[in-house]
Amino acid sequence: MVLFAAVLIYAASDLPYRGDPDNLMHAEQSITDTRVMGSYFIQNAYRDARTPNMVTVVLGDYRSIDTFGEQIVIYTAGLIALLVLRKTKRRRVV
Amino acid sequence: MNKPFQTPIVLLGARLLSPYIMLFGWYVIIHGHYSPGGGFQGGALLAASILLIRVAGGRRVAQLQIKEFATTPLAVVGVSIYFAAGLVAVAMGGYFLDYGMLPIPGMDPAWLRYTGILIIEVGIGLAVMAILVMIYDNMVRGEDYG
Amino acid sequence: MADFFLGHYAYWFTIILLCIGLYGILFKKNLIKKTIGLAILQISVVMYFVSVASKWDATVPVLDPNIPVDQVANYLNPLPHTLMLTAIVVGVATLGVAFTLLIAVYNRYETLDEEELIDKIQ
Repeated sequence: MVLFAAVLIYAASDLPYRGDPDNLMHAEQSITDTRVMGSYFIQNAYRDARTPNMVTVVLGDYRSIDTFGEQIVIYTAGLIALLVLRKTKRRRVV
Repeated sequence: MNKPFQTPIVLLGARLLSPYIMLFGWYVIIHGHYSPGGGFQGGALLAASILLIRVAGGRRVAQLQIKEFATTPLAVVGVSIYFAAGLVAVAMGGYFLDYGMLPIPGMDPAWLRYTGILIIEVGIGLAVMAILVMIYDNMVRGEDYG
Repeated sequence: MADFFLGHYAYWFTIILLCIGLYGILFKKNLIKKTIGLAILQISVVMYFVSVASKWDATVPVLDPNIPVDQVANYLNPLPHTLMLTAIVVGVATLGVAFTLLIAVYNRYETLDEEELIDKIQ
């Protein structure tokens, strides 16, 4: 386990510096000349939805179908909790 | 398992705190457009206010607030609000979950998107609250906790 | 060297957390402890993404009218924050499912130790 940690820490030394604004994921144009999504969200979120909180806009508008699927996931989790424990209790009674 | 042991002071403190936590939860949901917050965080706060009463008061007191069988319909209502907002947009000729097509007169598409985000945040909050309370209720079922 | 350390120490802490979680999953015998290790591993991934999203001299991704939105360097990257927001809630829900299954296992076999469980199943 210590060896695994050492390998990961050695691999992390090639990562870009944390908080450097010149990182590739913080740029406006990616290396293939397309828009980087995070920068696009920062620049256009207020114009598209009149909402100052960009995280809310990304969550509710640009990625809304992802959020919908995620809500289905937690709903299914609740139903699993309901069904599994109800069945267990019935088996103990019988 | 353990003998139920209750003091009125704990229940009184929980009853004092719980409405304020619930109010703060609704504030976090509705004010999520202007400050950090949103449906998930507000839903977790609402669930916290309900679970506080359930932990402090036991099963008999908790049934006075929200009954156990009411959590599943609340979750269904929360998911349905989200899904209906998407389907109404489809019915008005847009894409699924395209809030610019919601049939509210007198608003330009940007403000319609603002309203649509608010609607689905309320749906998310209700669903998260109901699911967390449902998981707790099922976990403690069968235990003699008062 | 100091720049290298300041730029990378957050990654090292997340890697240490990940190794603690992985150790819990692989080597602990109790199923509850395995689940806690799973939660620690998940938290390490969340903290890694949040630390990647940061920029020096930037503010939170809530629009301030005094700070222009044209220069992207003024605001943090909102995309990893959104992804981790959903990941945290899914993590809580799946943790609930895991503990539910553990309660079902305990009601059936009345043990949570891995080797005793294998013996009782066979």
